[in-house]
Amino acid sequence: MIQALSGQLLLGLINGSFYALLSLGLAIIFGLLDVVNFAHGAQYMLGAFLAWMGLTYLGIGYWWALFLSPLLVGVLGLVIERVFLRRLQGLDNLYGLLLTFGLALVIEGLFHHAFGNSGSPYPVPELLRGGFDLGFMYLPKYRAWVVVVSLVVSIGSWFVIEKTRVGAYLRAGTENPKLLQAFGVNVPVMFMLTYGFGVALAAFAGVMAAPIYQVTPMMGSSVIMVVFAVVVIGGMGSILGSVVTGIGVGLIEGLTKFVWPEAASVVVFVLMAVVLLVRPAGLFGRQK
Amino acid sequence: MTKRFALAVALLLAAGTARAADPKISDDVVKIGVLTDMTGYYSDLSGPGSLEAAKMAAEDFGGKVLGKPIVVIGADHQLKADVASTVARKWFDEEKVDAIVDLVSSSTALAVMPVAAEKKRITLLSGPGTTAITGEKCTPYNAHWTYNNWALANGTGREVVKQGGNTWYFLTADYVFGKSLEEDTSNVVKAAGGKVLGFSRHPSPGTTDFSSFLLQAQASGAKIIGLANAGADTINAIKQANEFGITKKQSLAGLLVFISDIHSLGLPTAQGMYLTTAFYWDRDDASRKWAKRFADRMKGKMPTMVQAGVYSEVSHYLKAIQAAGTDAPDAVMAKMREMPVNDFFAPGARLGPDGLLRHDMYLVQVKTPAESKYAWDYYKIVKTIPAAEAFPPVSDKCPNVKK
Repeated sequence: MIQALSGQLLLGLINGSFYALLSLGLAIIFGLLDVVNFAHGAQYMLGAFLAWMGLTYLGIGYWWALFLSPLLVGVLGLVIERVFLRRLQGLDNLYGLLLTFGLALVIEGLFHHAFGNSGSPYPVPELLRGGFDLGFMYLPKYRAWVVVVSLVVSIGSWFVIEKTRVGAYLRAGTENPKLLQAFGVNVPVMFMLTYGFGVALAAFAGVMAAPIYQVTPMMGSSVIMVVFAVVVIGGMGSILGSVVTGIGVGLIEGLTKFVWPEAASVVVFVLMAVVLLVRPAGLFGRQK
Repeated sequence: MTKRFALAVALLLAAGTARAADPKISDDVVKIGVLTDMTGYYSDLSGPGSLEAAKMAAEDFGGKVLGKPIVVIGADHQLKADVASTVARKWFDEEKVDAIVDLVSSSTALAVMPVAAEKKRITLLSGPGTTAITGEKCTPYNAHWTYNNWALANGTGREVVKQGGNTWYFLTADYVFGKSLEEDTSNVVKAAGGKVLGFSRHPSPGTTDFSSFLLQAQASGAKIIGLANAGADTINAIKQANEFGITKKQSLAGLLVFISDIHSLGLPTAQGMYLTTAFYWDRDDASRKWAKRFADRMKGKMPTMVQAGVYSEVSHYLKAIQAAGTDAPDAVMAKMREMPVNDFFAPGARLGPDGLLRHDMYLVQVKTPAESKYAWDYYKIVKTIPAAEAFPPVSDKCPNVKK
């Protein structure tokens, strides 16, 4: 009983770190650019697919993909920001939502057309094969790696944004872009880079996910809903909130799978509804 | 003069009989509509490949039957029953479609069958699996060609128990299809002397992480983990079972697995798994020959059993029209039942009065990477299950079976 429970909680932690990584990117983009990035799932899928294409067509392995794939998708993010999103600045953020949603449909549709829908397998890198026998469960090395990396990246991002000078500029830019511009900071470029970084985080999560899940055109759309719920629970735009909530939601899901498996996919949304009723700005959000 | 007159009369008479013979083929065309999932979860195992298979069948028949052209069209039912029945009505009423083919996903098949029966048109099913199609929901204008849930449960369930896999745990998609497959298989396992130790029901679609369910399956200690799900669910479950080292001590039995799934998974992950299939391209010369032609037209993808079934049923339908001398549905259905199937897919098989084609099924095991010598060399045929054992007897629930 205790054994099974601790197994489920550990699995919840693993899933939670994925949620954290994905919702972190969303929270950064929303917090700093006020854009609800519905293309996040598609960008996550792109990350995984680029890793797969690199391996299949060019022989580029996992470790390089972990670096190159987010870089490429990040650059694509810069282009999207420069060409599309910038034109929507100052408008209701519904427009950004619709635009990114459309982009997601286009990207997913193209990949669906080219690669079909069952997807392709991506092998676990040599170094991370096998696992540890923890007594109560068998922990694959790769999953342990996911938890560690997600935590490092999440905490690192939080630190940069909340505790450094660059982060201070970013936060100042969201509060009052005109004033910051007057101080000589190139705000548009800063926003463009921020979007690129948020998108790169999605692609990074995609590469991390590739060896666990099948690489398919629809892999993003199946997680993105949960991730949005995580961001809403944590408080739109709260970076710390998204990380803590991501992990928390993973744990709660794990617990539900233990107690009442059929409800596992709904529990996140029930939680979201309750949080919205009690604290509309989210657990970590500031009331405006 | 009289000779010429007689000739003219004879010609006129001949023309008259020819015109009278025309309604042999309604609307002067035999139109076959492939209605299936073209873009969704089942598009790789059915979809554009099914359409291509139907086109091949028409071409191989010579493009014409009884002197009239054969036209094959396709549409996407998006896995939605209402879309399927709307398209079917439009096809029958406005586009002169004579037969609707494939209908992957049982809900779409059950929605179209009554529409076809009402309008006396034919449905040739390859993709769907529910036994209700030839049971309580059967129609006289339907043929169910490739497999049904009973055959899958029976093939995999019984044979795996015989091979020593006598304790089972199910991983079940939490909706009608999954539960019915689980129930069918449980019954077979128990009847064969096996034991069912438990089950986990996972939400579907929407579950991507199966580790917690797999952990429960592992804790049960069952020798066999039965996967009563399909498509992406099955693929992810198998992948993660490997990752968690579960396949070292326990074996997986996929209850609805297609060769397209194995191709997506790759042999390192899928190896050793048992499954039941109606068709394997590399079984004999005839199947190889056809499958290679198919693959040439489908970017190298070998056909699934659903796609091979579409080719077979369309060919048989055209042969029946030829033999009946008309495309009138009642006559064609009678001929389809009367003539044994004669092709690479189901040689010698006969269509039952309930509309079910009973043919041999194959229990296969997925090869290890070392055993696989060339592209798509994926299965070892463990056992050929003869038609009489592979499918259920004629259902007494089917109202149009004369007793």
